[in-house]
Amino acid sequence: MTRPYAVRAPFAVRAPVTVAALTLLAGCSQGSAGTTGTPQDPPARTLTVLAAASLQRSFERIGSDFEGDHPGVTVRFGFGGSSGLVAQLADGAPADVLATANEPTMDTAVAEGLVAGEPTPFASNRLQIVVPKDNPAGIRSLGDLADPGAKVVLCAPAVPCGAASVAVEQAAGIDIRPVSEEQSVTDVLGKVRSGEADAGLVYVTDVAGAGDEVAGLDVAEAASARSTYPIATLTRADDAALAEEFVAAVTGAEGQSVLQAAGFAAP
Amino acid sequence: MTRLPSLTIPRWLLVPAALGALLVAVPVVAMALTVDWREFGPLVTSEASTDALWLSLRTASVSTLLCLLFGIPLAVVLARTTGAAATLLRSLVLLPLVLPPVVGGIALLQAFGRRGLLGDTLDVLGLEIAFSTTAVVIAQTFVAMPFLVLSLEGALRAAGTRFEDVAATLGAGPTTVFRRVTLPLALPGLVAGTVLAFARCLGEFGATITFAGSLQGTTRTLPLEIYLQREGDPQAAVALSLVLVGVAVLVIALTRARRDSLVAGAT
Repeated sequence: MTRPYAVRAPFAVRAPVTVAALTLLAGCSQGSAGTTGTPQDPPARTLTVLAAASLQRSFERIGSDFEGDHPGVTVRFGFGGSSGLVAQLADGAPADVLATANEPTMDTAVAEGLVAGEPTPFASNRLQIVVPKDNPAGIRSLGDLADPGAKVVLCAPAVPCGAASVAVEQAAGIDIRPVSEEQSVTDVLGKVRSGEADAGLVYVTDVAGAGDEVAGLDVAEAASARSTYPIATLTRADDAALAEEFVAAVTGAEGQSVLQAAGFAAP
Repeated sequence: MTRLPSLTIPRWLLVPAALGALLVAVPVVAMALTVDWREFGPLVTSEASTDALWLSLRTASVSTLLCLLFGIPLAVVLARTTGAAATLLRSLVLLPLVLPPVVGGIALLQAFGRRGLLGDTLDVLGLEIAFSTTAVVIAQTFVAMPFLVLSLEGALRAAGTRFEDVAATLGAGPTTVFRRVTLPLALPGLVAGTVLAFARCLGEFGATITFAGSLQGTTRTLPLEIYLQREGDPQAAVALSLVLVGVAVLVIALTRARRDSLVAGAT
């Protein structure tokens, strides 16, 4: 069983490296040939978009639509925590467009001189109670989360979803004592999804993306802790016009319908 | 003491050796240079930081004791048996050494989690492991025990069975031989293994955050606190990292002193 793999391994390792090297070469030659290319053969261009992790599914969809509308264009994505993305940009990561999960993080990017022009709000998200499908603790409302018998997991206050959770608690006048304060909203979802925790507070879009393993319960107070997602083109963008077109695709009708299908609301 | 034995080492070896040493030394020095020393005191004495350090020291101590309790017998069994079963057992015991800790955490969840293999049994016994300090100790013991077993087994094999055989022919029972001959002969290996296991417990991150969660004073050990501080206050993360480096250096220094005195006592 293992022997053929051992023999093949070097090829398996080499092949992607070769492909990558060829792609790089191809990219270079096409880039320089782009200006002399025939009209039927548009120049190859790459657009790099850094976006909050919660946008992954929607943006990949918008990205492939964008590629369809713009022959020769490849959209590359980097998804991650918004503050981490801004830190990467400040450290010199090359990118054309930035979309963050809240406005304070975008404000940091603006203050660092990374953003060209004004950021545009394009979506908003709110918190929802997430419970395992069978809801073992019988959670019905936000007040139930303060019940000492329920194992509730929240984001740590230091991360954006944790700050939003604190705001919801304050708006409702309750004090939730979580059994764990997780690093990110996906960690909270994971703990609930596996049934380790009875409930958690995550974004509506996370509940929508998790399928039928979990159920979401609306929280009236979540309106006070709505987070707005801004998008902006970056000062170091290679192709400012193309970056603007991608922003327009996200804020336009088609992009908005993709985002709303994922559970986002209008900004 | 640090005289270079010029005849026994090929000189060209010194270049990669120096590069290897620099790879470890430069990042640690860089960290010490980055930290704002005027802020160091307040940063590392905050309640969250001291809670994390105290929890780390407590759980690492208990976990190391458990490693000794289970690891010494395992090492003896592995060192004194041969055959397919022993080989299989050795591979199994050493598995956490080569697994990514996060995989260890997922495996522990499948076993001890609420919906895991033993979840119902533990529930009947009234034991709640999820999100408790017990979970931290289990995770640390899981990842650290192989270090003790490996180190002690090597020492036991090196010591051989001659003295044990002599003691047995002189009328000592198996337990007496184990206590008075086997363990004392392997003591340097046991001490080294114990220190390695303690250090590994102290540094445990992946299995803990996956299996135990993260809550101040209960499950958020120093590495988890450092990871969380990175989000909100990178300076505090660097300062706390230096504390962990300090503890590690202290542990290594103590072992050296202890081992030197052991060697001195033996000769």
